[in-house]
Amino acid sequence: MGEKILEVRHLSKSFGDNEVLKDIDFTVARGDVTSVIGASGSGKSTLLRCINLLETPTSGEILYHGENIQGRGFSASSYRAKVGMVFQSFNLFANMSVLENCEIGQRRVLGRGREEARANALRYLDKVGMTPYQNAKPRQISGGQKQRVAIARALAMEPEVLLFDEPTSALDPEMVGEVLDVMRSLASEGMTMLVVTHEMAFARDVSSCVAFMKDGVICEQGGPEQLFGAPQKSETREFLARFFGK
Amino acid sequence: MNNNFGGDIAYLWSKYSGLYLDGIEKTIVLALLGTAVGCLIGFLCGILQTIPCAKTDKSVKRFLLGLLRAIIRIYVEVFRGTPMILQAVFIYYGLPYITGGGAKFSSTWLAAFVIVSINTGAYMAESVRGGIISIDPGQTEGAKAIGMTHFQTMLYVVLPQALRNIMPQIGNNLIINIKDTSIMFIIGFSEFFAEHRSIVGTTNKYFPSAAIEMIGYLLMTVICSIVLRRIEKKMDGSDSYKLVQGDALTMTAGNYNYPGKGSNFDERSRESGAAGRGGR
Repeated sequence: MGEKILEVRHLSKSFGDNEVLKDIDFTVARGDVTSVIGASGSGKSTLLRCINLLETPTSGEILYHGENIQGRGFSASSYRAKVGMVFQSFNLFANMSVLENCEIGQRRVLGRGREEARANALRYLDKVGMTPYQNAKPRQISGGQKQRVAIARALAMEPEVLLFDEPTSALDPEMVGEVLDVMRSLASEGMTMLVVTHEMAFARDVSSCVAFMKDGVICEQGGPEQLFGAPQKSETREFLARFFGK
Repeated sequence: MNNNFGGDIAYLWSKYSGLYLDGIEKTIVLALLGTAVGCLIGFLCGILQTIPCAKTDKSVKRFLLGLLRAIIRIYVEVFRGTPMILQAVFIYYGLPYITGGGAKFSSTWLAAFVIVSINTGAYMAESVRGGIISIDPGQTEGAKAIGMTHFQTMLYVVLPQALRNIMPQIGNNLIINIKDTSIMFIIGFSEFFAEHRSIVGTTNKYFPSAAIEMIGYLLMTVICSIVLRRIEKKMDGSDSYKLVQGDALTMTAGNYNYPGKGSNFDERSRESGAAGRGGR
């Protein structure tokens, strides 16, 4: 196991009276590809959004290289620049072209020059196979293409960890494959990834670790062979049975 | 019955066209500058009003943000809720009166410009707020997720989109300003309507002069409308885009599935058919 990048300790999150996350403990180490699976409403996305501080945790702490990300003097924006996020709904900037989407963060957040940002953006657009569309606006390309650009935008920031929040859930079935292919190649290159997904095949074949969430707690966690092959908890078995129609 | 309406207009125009045109110039410059600065004020208020404020923030920060929001709120209510003609009176005559001559505008032009800007700013603050609310929260999240601060998010992502959405409102304000600057005669600023008043004072041809005014104002507003539409169209950008072909052997059109573009092969056949020698 590599160096610990993120450590989640006793994390809880409530929306009003509704406790969505209950005392979550969780670690992401360098090179890990962790898949978080579970039924809708089990708190998977909220966990990811808390890690990126898009939601403020109610209690508990999240450590980034041992430092509390909610501590005084900790800059949320420079932290987010190192922890990339890919959203279910892409969230590409509608007022910019594909290329500009991949440049803006490098230029304004990382302070890179125009040439460097452009070269870098093109490198990552090439990686996701979107170079030909660099001049298109987000509204002019398909869902799968948008998501590939969103991945390139996140990669262009050269993050330490990449968080994926159900990246294929908003896609037409025939476009899921192209996005998963990109994610698969990232995983094989050693990118540290935390993926909330309903794609069981991806979770089983690509991840190094799988966490199953139910009702705001991590119910079971382990290697993909163990979790899919020999689940210990009855909840996990039930969920997987429903999914694979066993 | 006066049958010399046309003749009167011609007479007024031949004798006073210089004054009328001078008035038109002052009106249009005042309306344009006032609206532009008003928009800036509006955008500034919009950015400041939407600074996120979490319960976990320091109490000093929360207090200052609360104070800022209250000040903007009062500004909007006061300047949106009172007639511009009275605001002009208060600022141009009231300020020197209260300060004993200490604060006095050196020119009526400057005073008129300040009044129109502040007044437009109050309206624009609300328009901008509406524009910001109309932008999908996902845009803000996307910007935050790559590490942008609130100001960067606003400047590069939210406001450019909000600006496009509120362009019709900016147009409204510009046109209202062209007409409403006519109240600036109250502080002696010689815009288009003030010229009319002074010309009528010497010639007594009230209605013919009013007709010239009507035509003048309508021309200004219609031209502005047309220009604004053009700008909006330009902001929307082109409906199509150019594919960038890296490798000449790959057919980029193969993945080209932007709707409304026909089949993959349309483009290629059009290219080779048109010039006889394909490839860009």
